[in-house]
Amino acid sequence: MGMLDVNGTSVEVDEEGYLEDLSEWTEEIATAMAAAEDVDLSEEHWDIINFLREYYEEYQIAPAVRVLTKAVGKRLGKAKGNSKYLYSLFPYGPGKQACKYAGLPKPTGCV
Amino acid sequence: MADYEIPKITGEDGIVDVPKIVKDTMVGSGPWISAPKFQKDMHFATEIEQSEDGKWTLIPNWKEAALEKMDDLRGRYRSLQLFLDICVKCGSCTDKCHYFIGTKDPKNMPVARQDLLRKVYRRYFTFAGKYFPKLVGATDLTEEVIDDWYNYYHQCSQCRRCSVFCPYGIDTAEISMAAREILNHIGRGQKYCTQIMGKVYTIGNNLGLPQRALEDTLEGLEEDVEEETGVKVAFPLDKKGAEVLLITPSADFFAEPHVDGLMGYAKVFHELELDWTLSSYASEGANFGMFIGSYENMRKIALRIRHAALDLGVKRIVFGECGHAWRVAYSFLNTLAGPFDFLDPKYPVPQHVLEITWPALQEGKLTIDKSLNDDMTLTFHDSCNIARGTNIGTEVGGQFDLPRNVIKAVCNNYVDMNQDAIKDVTFCCGGGGGILTDDLMEIRIKGAQPRMEALKEVTENNGVTHMAAICAICKSQFTKVIPYYGFSMDQIVSVHQLVSNAIVLKGQLTEEELEARDAAEEAERVAEMEARKKAAAEKKAAKDAAEKK
Repeated sequence: MGMLDVNGTSVEVDEEGYLEDLSEWTEEIATAMAAAEDVDLSEEHWDIINFLREYYEEYQIAPAVRVLTKAVGKRLGKAKGNSKYLYSLFPYGPGKQACKYAGLPKPTGCV
Repeated sequence: MADYEIPKITGEDGIVDVPKIVKDTMVGSGPWISAPKFQKDMHFATEIEQSEDGKWTLIPNWKEAALEKMDDLRGRYRSLQLFLDICVKCGSCTDKCHYFIGTKDPKNMPVARQDLLRKVYRRYFTFAGKYFPKLVGATDLTEEVIDDWYNYYHQCSQCRRCSVFCPYGIDTAEISMAAREILNHIGRGQKYCTQIMGKVYTIGNNLGLPQRALEDTLEGLEEDVEEETGVKVAFPLDKKGAEVLLITPSADFFAEPHVDGLMGYAKVFHELELDWTLSSYASEGANFGMFIGSYENMRKIALRIRHAALDLGVKRIVFGECGHAWRVAYSFLNTLAGPFDFLDPKYPVPQHVLEITWPALQEGKLTIDKSLNDDMTLTFHDSCNIARGTNIGTEVGGQFDLPRNVIKAVCNNYVDMNQDAIKDVTFCCGGGGGILTDDLMEIRIKGAQPRMEALKEVTENNGVTHMAAICAICKSQFTKVIPYYGFSMDQIVSVHQLVSNAIVLKGQLTEEELEARDAAEEAERVAEMEARKKAAAEKKAAKDAAEKK
């Protein structure tokens, strides 16, 4: 178990840097997590993060890659509705990296 | 990409030369340890504490507990007792493990892995070991030994390739499972497995995909198939009275290329007019209880399938593409969760989805256009649990033949890899047995070397472009690790994905018809927009006119 420093206060994260208490999430935490991995969150990143949070709110799990790409395509145009676009924003994988910043639990299992 | 050396592959003959040993290349602290909150749900030991620097203690009476568990297990499983006693150190297994080949670490030789447990067994449970330990390689159980167990028993994927070459048939997988079960009970559970099994108990699957999310995902798939074919193919969930209950790994609902396989099963069932359903309660084929050697937890997970089958009133249970799920189902389902006397005795219990697809193909019940897969040249990766732990169908070797038969029936281009890397001597993907976790990435990458070498050879010499598999772990492991070897992640496909590509559904629209449909829909959408705009303009005009008055 580790701690992440967010503007002077520390939040508890697990071995991989995912939030332990998902209700603690704030935009500042997302920014700090990204900064720790040398990622500067752009508007495009936030579009994805916000969608992930909305989806989680409704379904209590991160969306499947297929669901995510379809939704992104609908919202931001077909050119962006593919995993290539998502990987360009989140090189460690949209499922894992984007979920982490969005304060969602990591998808587990044979995935 | 990584701060460790990626093995080199040559593409020469498809087989990695046996490396010279290099001691301690994989010394380490093992995977993340299962915290008490995860241990609790498994009924494993929880009295452990973490220090400031992140190190976990063992439970207070760990030594007695470990020996007690070892004694319990050798009593429960005669095979384990036999395997611990019978090894003659002939050396036949030493170069057969993909993890040894990929890491060069002598502790990854199967006999050395077995000896980690065997030396303690000898010390406490054999006459010679009790009185003359040095003469028989017996050692005391110390914390250092426990650390070695935790590290090296999580560098075994329980694939059983070594057991094929052992003249006595010693199965390292069983020893590795027993070691992990001992570790579970002294506070050294593995987080990856226990966290996942906790999700099965509370939500129904490894992913933690709740019923509503599953429903939404399946609706999305129905839409996708209809969009691509013009045919409404159902993905039923919790349908009471259905004939078939499909049990499949939850990765099939979530990951690529798994989900393309799920669409393939649904299309086959649709064409055969099979009345089928998934269950949200048993929405998981995987059973990680086997990986961690916990009979109690394996049984608890298997019983969910029985409950779902009874609750839905189905007549048959069919398993999707999942390696160890099929091993547990084929080898143990009846003893774990039987008797299944409420199912239709005309069908095998359980049945593999390939046992539906292959006969249907043979009998011409599916319309197939093989040319739709002409952009690929396929090879097939035999998954370890299926290859060495089960059969599929009624003929000897069906677990090798049925997947190949199906691929060849739907694809024009197929090539096998080197015969020393397939079928009963297949190499593991490198991620099986509870190893498929990011904290074990180094062993996963190195363990994949033998398969990557075999794939490289057929890629270079036979133009192979894609490798098909029938196991969720293999598919996820490969999509993750093959980029390290210069391949791309989309070169891994599901077997039923190939079926899905080639199948022509009854009433399926041609490309021209699909284009016409899409154009008509687009025109309708545009017309509707125009009408709305017009109505809004009229409304505004009327409002303006009213205001002027």
